[in-house]
Amino acid sequence: MEITRRRLLVLLPAAAVAWKYVLAGTPEGAPNYELTSHWWAMLIDIPKCIGCGSCVRACAEENDVPEGYYRTWIERYHVADWKIERPEVESPDGGKYGFPPHTDDGGKNFFVPKLCNHCADSPCTQVCPVGATFVSPDGVVLVDKSYCLGCRYCIQACPYGCRFLNPKTNTADKCTLCYHRITKGLTTACCEVCPTGARQLADLRNPKDPIHEFLRTHAVQILKPYMATGAKVFYNGMDGSVR
Amino acid sequence: MQIPVEGFMYPNEVELQWSILIVLYPFITGLVAGAFILASLERVFRVEAVKPTYRLALLTALAFLLVAPLPLQLHLGHPERSLEMYLTPHRSSAMAMFGFVYLWYLMAVLLLEIWLDYRHDIVVRSQTEKGWKRLVYRGLTLGSTNVSERSLHVDERLGYFITLIGIPSAFLLHGYVGFIFGSVKANPWWSSPLMPIVFIFSAMVSGIAAVMLLYMLSTRLRGQKIDMRCLDKIAQYLLYTFVIDFSLEMMDLLQRIYESDESFRSLDFMVHTRLWVSQVIVQILLGTVTPIALLGLMQVLKVTEAARRWVYALAGSLTVIGIFAMRWNVVIGGQLFSKSFLGYTTYKMAFATREGLLPAILLMILPFIILWVLVKLLPPWPESASVPSGATPAHGTS
Repeated sequence: MEITRRRLLVLLPAAAVAWKYVLAGTPEGAPNYELTSHWWAMLIDIPKCIGCGSCVRACAEENDVPEGYYRTWIERYHVADWKIERPEVESPDGGKYGFPPHTDDGGKNFFVPKLCNHCADSPCTQVCPVGATFVSPDGVVLVDKSYCLGCRYCIQACPYGCRFLNPKTNTADKCTLCYHRITKGLTTACCEVCPTGARQLADLRNPKDPIHEFLRTHAVQILKPYMATGAKVFYNGMDGSVR
Repeated sequence: MQIPVEGFMYPNEVELQWSILIVLYPFITGLVAGAFILASLERVFRVEAVKPTYRLALLTALAFLLVAPLPLQLHLGHPERSLEMYLTPHRSSAMAMFGFVYLWYLMAVLLLEIWLDYRHDIVVRSQTEKGWKRLVYRGLTLGSTNVSERSLHVDERLGYFITLIGIPSAFLLHGYVGFIFGSVKANPWWSSPLMPIVFIFSAMVSGIAAVMLLYMLSTRLRGQKIDMRCLDKIAQYLLYTFVIDFSLEMMDLLQRIYESDESFRSLDFMVHTRLWVSQVIVQILLGTVTPIALLGLMQVLKVTEAARRWVYALAGSLTVIGIFAMRWNVVIGGQLFSKSFLGYTTYKMAFATREGLLPAILLMILPFIILWVLVKLLPPWPESASVPSGATPAHGTS
């Protein structure tokens, strides 16, 4: 194809726009994904979770998560009567294959899916000595595995236990909120497969996102609010015993 | 490998992230800071009694400081990227900034002070030694061969000034190590504003004890008589520092017990089970109360010199073991409980792996090899220095 002066004038601005996405590592998003017009979060509706483990399996498959490590997992809580400060919690294989029936018929049982909270003021990004982990302009906490030293300071700094050292890459690993999917207009793998809709991807910068209506009309909490991390995974119907 | 877990851990927490190598890191930097502060007693505060240990303390600090980054390097998932911490540091990271504190301390304080203190000896040796040794000393002069009285006076003044800067730098070095742990708000075992202060005082304790032991050992190996005035003085300083260190740790403990916040039950359980031996028995009883009692008794009882030497050797050894146990309890203990406060994991130490016991032992032997080389190269004691008659001895060699 011959490059004329007229064609060059047309191509250059388009290339300049695309370059921003190339630098961000998401060239596939260039034509229609605007980083700054999103602020990603997730809504977890605890009463809807049945602990089937589909989300954990889907996440592991989608993101090639090594066996024994978890970007997302499910915890089963058992709170006996008034003992809200001492719940019994279990998460066999991260809840990947569901849970065995609970034999104790007293008290209450419920499931709590966990994942990275994609904190706005995340302690993990604060402590990274080289800035290999960062908050993207659209609100997702990511790790640049080509830059991470593998010092594991971020793993220590995460109050929620969401990070691990990937034994394949020897770098810090965690939930990316399926960044490769959401920047193409898809939802996350875990939300995609959840049979009850207990997990919902939310865009806080999109005024039309149903999250806003939900947050207005429900008593919603975040995990460990006293940590002041700006967590963006919102839990509906969360019991006070949840850690 | 199945790791025994009690109660509930978040699934990614079961495996410990920081191993025995990370225990070595604060232990070694503590020895550096403590040894330097002991050296500065003579230089800045004119405590003449500890003069025989001045140069030995500086060389000990250097030997350990050179080894300090190695356990970190060995621990990294990608050691080949470690220089990125200097090239593209993340300024909000305590760990990234520590790299610069370390460099400052090594280059601007310790190396410079040692060089200035030894410059006269180096120049003399570059003229009197033969063969490769002559070349080594010539290189060490860095081209500065003026040993006139005025020049040595400048060295002395500059050395004093550097020691003056060196004291806050040594505090910064180890206080900063404490900050690396103390600033992790997610971990209640670490998160405490007292952590840097406790680290500084425990560093002084371990450094003073280590230099005291090295002084006794090296004097015995050389067949010389131990200067008891010096030893008594060091033991006295060790006692004072230890009392402050222990008081700070007890204040922290009492505060935690009285407050009994949500993490307390979990931490209390850990101290009574998994950390019982390393914390209560080794760190507190054997490594703190016993040496304090022994050193205290030496202050009030009239004891023969030989007995005092044995007591100091015992107290010093217990102190170093106790401070190592303290580092162990901070680093390993801080990872044994779940951040959910509902369960506990176990540390399974491997032996001949990259982060196992064997490399840790080798890394602890390495500073002594470096120290041996340094002592051969730059003898810290006057009788070994082959300073020709007529040459003016530099500071510390007279």
